Amino acid sequence: MSSGKKSIRALGAKLLDGAELPIRIAITICGWSSILFVGAIFFFIFKEAAPVFPHLDWGEFFFAHRWIPIPAEGNEPSYGAMGILYGTFAITVVSMFIAMPLGLGAAVYISEFAPPRRKEWLKILIEFLAAIPSIIWGFIGLVIMGPLIQKILGVEVGINLLNASIMVALMAVPLIVSISEDALRAVPDSYREAALALGASKWEIVYKVLFPAARNGLLAASMLGVGRAVGETMAVWMASGNTDNIPENFFNPLLVLERVKALTATIAGEMPDTVHGSEHYQVLFVIGIVLLTISVIINVVSDLIIKGIRKES
Amino acid sequence: MSPVSSSNPFAAGGNEIRKQRTENIAKNVMLGAAILLIIPVLVIIGYLFYKASPVLSWNYIWDVPRDLGRQGGIWLPLIGTFYLVIVSLMLVAPVGILAGIYINEYAPNNWLTRCINMAVTSLAGVPSIVHALFGVGAFVLTLGMGASLLAAACTIAVMTIPVIVTATREALAAVPMAFREACWNMGATKWQTIRTIVLPNSISGILTGVILEISRAAGETAPILFTGAAASVAVRTATVGDKLMPYQLDDRFMALSYHLHVVAEKISGMPQEMKYGTAAVLIALIVVINSFSITLRLYLRSRKKW
Repeated sequence: MSSGKKSIRALGAKLLDGAELPIRIAITICGWSSILFVGAIFFFIFKEAAPVFPHLDWGEFFFAHRWIPIPAEGNEPSYGAMGILYGTFAITVVSMFIAMPLGLGAAVYISEFAPPRRKEWLKILIEFLAAIPSIIWGFIGLVIMGPLIQKILGVEVGINLLNASIMVALMAVPLIVSISEDALRAVPDSYREAALALGASKWEIVYKVLFPAARNGLLAASMLGVGRAVGETMAVWMASGNTDNIPENFFNPLLVLERVKALTATIAGEMPDTVHGSEHYQVLFVIGIVLLTISVIINVVSDLIIKGIRKES
Repeated sequence: MSPVSSSNPFAAGGNEIRKQRTENIAKNVMLGAAILLIIPVLVIIGYLFYKASPVLSWNYIWDVPRDLGRQGGIWLPLIGTFYLVIVSLMLVAPVGILAGIYINEYAPNNWLTRCINMAVTSLAGVPSIVHALFGVGAFVLTLGMGASLLAAACTIAVMTIPVIVTATREALAAVPMAFREACWNMGATKWQTIRTIVLPNSISGILTGVILEISRAAGETAPILFTGAAASVAVRTATVGDKLMPYQLDDRFMALSYHLHVVAEKISGMPQEMKYGTAAVLIALIVVINSFSITLRLYLRSRKKW
């Protein structure tokens, strides 16, 4: 019995060993597949958007605040996406104002101050935070954070820029924490020891030694956070109010209580209503190109920064 | 400056006391940031379960949605998510694991490899809604799959490639070079070494990646919006067999994540507890899946011998 099993295993091993070349080819093709997929994403999105390139008014697209894709009878549709670009920009900025201090603080605590056991627990909990899907954040924004904002701030609508930014911030924080923590840990211990020998306290080490030394990694962490905020769809769609809106006064802090409309939410919300091949459909793919370009640039640059750190340490 | 007590020459001076105070404040602020992240979220999730408790029962899970989800249960979305995960996993796991093997074991150190690594990073950063657009252009239209379970699974598969590639690459990189060298010295070929030494020593790490993929695939909503998810489907659910296999690969399907979006926003007169129930089941699913991956990793670390 066992010898029979053994011979089957031996036969299997022989077959697998004999297939060195085919397996090598398969592995190489799979290895290159990521390039293929990135190329395919660019190709198909450009392909669907391309027919609208010649007659889309690009000046209007970027600099006019007139998004009327389905106009009233007898009017021309207009695709001025500035309000939507502002929406994505505003959500990104406000959410980073919330996420960066929290994420950086938590990363410093985890990497420098926490006792080992508490450190493990915090890391596991933050990992769970990262695993919560965006639809859940959207739901929390809609049914819990919305009424909460209404009640606490006494405003009429709780589904607004502030709500969406809090949700996006909570989604971006785990990423910021883990990249920042990596960056802080990559600072050699000899730096810490030298500062300790000079009589620095732990906090002085953090902000006089670690922050400057880990500068690039912290920059990469915030960039990846921005990438997450720009690309987030469901939470933004459900919690932002999805209303095209540019405030008149950019220095009025109450603008966080306005409703906004983001690029991602525009695609998600309007795509099902379009006819395949119509101008509206193609313009939504143009928005896809904008998002794709932003995210690829952010990711490649921050990746280069992170790689640079690894090489140094 | 500060009066040094004659009884204790080592007592802290004013400068040290000030320093210590700053230190304590800073430490507590950092701890506060960590707590502020975690506690409210735990409270909110507890609240979701509390609000969902009236409907949570086996019957809620096993019953099909009726009246657009206002009554009944969530069986059809749940089984839809299950099939979406299985099909996408079958598509992405072989490609992702082999790609990870290529990058760590075979790839020469040249510009092409750097391009591959950069492609993996970019793929991880592409917004999910852009993946949805890609799915429409490539799978639904060009490959003629239509809006279907297969098209949605393909879209999810492309989106989650980086998860598996990264996990595999890191698991393989953690196997010490000496293991490989010992094997080569015995006359083994490269593939024999990978198959008999490298893969068995990194299987838990690869499995962690697979579990993370499952968690992503089960929770994502945006990529399946236009590629196959449906607010309601007409399928036969008379027998247990029908209930277990309600969808074909070319059918539109219901998924838990999209179902939550629909019941939360799209349908009027939806009872509150049905919304909370769907959210609670989805969260429970994600937490269970992730607990597996964390347990696996802790176990792996505890028995690591090198």
